[in-house]
Amino acid sequence: MAGKKKRRDWCAGAIMPYVSLASAKMGLYIIILSVVWLTLASWRTDAVPEKLSDYGFFAGNPAQQKPMAGVVPYALNTPLFSDYAEKLRFVKLPDGKSVVYNDTAVLDFPVGTTLIKTFYFPTDFRDPAKGRRLMETRLLVHQSGGWKAFDYVWNDEQTDALLEVAGDTKTVQYIDKAGIPKQHAYVIPNLNQCKGCHNRNEVMTPIGPSVRQLNGDLAYSETAKASPENQLTHWKQERMLTGMPALAACPKAPVWNNPETGSLNDRARIWLDINCAHCHNPKGPAMTSGLNLSVSETDSTALGIQKTPVAAGRGSGGHLFDIVPGKPDESILIYRLQSTDPGEMMPELGRKTVHTESLALLREWIKAMK
Amino acid sequence: MKQYVLFLFTCLFASNVWAQTDVQKRYQTQLIMVDDGGVVDLDAGTFTFSGSLSLQDKKKITIRGKGVDKTILSFKGQTDGAEGLRVSNAENIIIENLTIQDSKGDGIKTMNVKGITFRNVKVEWTGPPKAENGGYGLYPVQCDNVIIDNCTAIGASDAGIYVGQSRGIVVKNSKAYHNVAGIEIENSRNAEVFDNEAYENTGGILVFDLPDLVQKQGGNVRVYNNYVHDNNLPNFAPEGNIVAGVSDGTGLLILAASNVEVFNNRFINNQSVGTGIISYLLTERPITDKGYYPFSTGISIHDNVYERKPGPPTTRGRFGKMFHSVLKFDQDIPHILYDGITDPATLDKNGNMPADKRICIRNNKNQSIANLDAAQGFQHVSRDAAPFDCQLEPVKTTVGNGR
Repeated sequence: MAGKKKRRDWCAGAIMPYVSLASAKMGLYIIILSVVWLTLASWRTDAVPEKLSDYGFFAGNPAQQKPMAGVVPYALNTPLFSDYAEKLRFVKLPDGKSVVYNDTAVLDFPVGTTLIKTFYFPTDFRDPAKGRRLMETRLLVHQSGGWKAFDYVWNDEQTDALLEVAGDTKTVQYIDKAGIPKQHAYVIPNLNQCKGCHNRNEVMTPIGPSVRQLNGDLAYSETAKASPENQLTHWKQERMLTGMPALAACPKAPVWNNPETGSLNDRARIWLDINCAHCHNPKGPAMTSGLNLSVSETDSTALGIQKTPVAAGRGSGGHLFDIVPGKPDESILIYRLQSTDPGEMMPELGRKTVHTESLALLREWIKAMK
Repeated sequence: MKQYVLFLFTCLFASNVWAQTDVQKRYQTQLIMVDDGGVVDLDAGTFTFSGSLSLQDKKKITIRGKGVDKTILSFKGQTDGAEGLRVSNAENIIIENLTIQDSKGDGIKTMNVKGITFRNVKVEWTGPPKAENGGYGLYPVQCDNVIIDNCTAIGASDAGIYVGQSRGIVVKNSKAYHNVAGIEIENSRNAEVFDNEAYENTGGILVFDLPDLVQKQGGNVRVYNNYVHDNNLPNFAPEGNIVAGVSDGTGLLILAASNVEVFNNRFINNQSVGTGIISYLLTERPITDKGYYPFSTGISIHDNVYERKPGPPTTRGRFGKMFHSVLKFDQDIPHILYDGITDPATLDKNGNMPADKRICIRNNKNQSIANLDAAQGFQHVSRDAAPFDCQLEPVKTTVGNGR
């Protein structure tokens, strides 16, 4: 502990000459010194591995994302939209530990659990064989003091990912599903911003892995691709999940863009739940707005129907209510989802593009409302 | 010499361009790494940021610049984040001696902070007031022990100084101008607003209570020794926001708030409504929130000074429409307007409110009053001051002293 403190002091000393130089506006020195300082700053958090490969989550080349034994891939039925990034998710439970079933909230993973999420862009969304660019791997680590977030940014060589606390902005290029070349900024969050979403009553919390979101099929190995397994069934068999009732009794989130999995209302509500309700719930950072987009909300005003905005500012787009039944073009909710202006848009973070497909779903949903 | 100057200029320009992402990372890293009890010192100069800065989960931190207009954090061209600086889940935070400019959304938002002091802070949107400006300048929400001292807010498209859903608030020695609302206390309890100057806004000071929020039943607010003048700026708030309905020419507006004492203020040249006392029902917005109380009660307006220039009031906003269509005051606008909407459940058999819930107005210089009788469709607009000639117990508040 004493050693850690000492290192901090030394680090503070390193800032001092830098600060005076900044006022002298010596650009080049600023860059060199800041690189040195930022390297030291990230190195300073000595308890946290500097490289993703230090964790040993993946076999062989980490960019292949082949999980080691005990690192289990998972998928969500309706995931959070992150500027069209594809995601690979894994959970690593502590040896011999399991998680207890609950059908309402995110699973309560035991201390020692790590949730791993790698964001990537395929070179060509139409053809996975053309390769991909890994952007970042985010870890949520359940320590004895609570969940901690760490973000590892993949290097240009795609050999490893390095710890980054202050965030970054990159440019991504890919060919989308329609064959159109795309290029846009991609924002890697700083550690504070992680909690901007992963926050319940100011306590850092995972968002995705609830029973309803895990209740879907996944192929666990290349060879088994022909016969994907239900994830809950798999977790139960592997003794990762205890107290699970019969599969038929488990709630199941629809897949937002697959009408066979749920009604228009159900698909719109689950999309809002995973994309908005981490903030817009009575215990989340957007509680101040009174808007609750959780799938469990039943009060129509809290859900935004004929609800006046509170602190929307320009985000109101000149509209009077969050949702006007039958009128998507008069609904603030639609306005904010189709804006990319940071003073207007929702969510506030993590979006540089418009998710046209989900917007179409929500427009249809509001249009069908009476 | 010329070449030397040119060289210097090039250096300056280059370093500013270079510094952008670099400074962002440097200050953000400091804000993440600072230990409880620490100080984040910001240099003198203008620094441009492309994304929000944030501080969270910390105790007893001071974020300190070198002075207003000396340390300028500019968010012009911001591409990420809905505010300039954000502080959340923290205790005993001081933000001082700095200027925040041109954030895309709010200037400084602090949420869930127990003990937040803004001292010598200026938040501004440069250029003429416009709808594209961010909503709130200083924006503490769901905070305890808020101190806003010697601050300035300019150009907010909603409220310059906005305290929402908080408890224990002091706003003093501050200036707000060219905003839609200068100073707004919303859904908050125990607030002292004094020694401020609110001018050339659409509305100078607002004390509001709105439905559908986590913290309701705001009130216990004292507004005194303020200079509230020339708030005649045409409203430029985006439609949909509650302040978009505020009429230009408003000095002080009390909406659905309880226990508000207003005294020793100067309300000068607010050309439409020197002081308005209204119910949420007057906004004609829907109310579905069963826990919400839409009436203004226990309001005391005394020992203030009212003056206005001769001339017509506004035709815009809720009051503007009423002036135009039903009130017909012409140019003889009473300084104090009360909508006359009372809670029927509280009236006795003679139609009187309980003593402690009354609207009391007395002893103001140039006092003139109208009860608009909005509940009865403005049928019996009365300019009789006698029904308001009463005195309430002084409002007592509990507020902190900061650190």
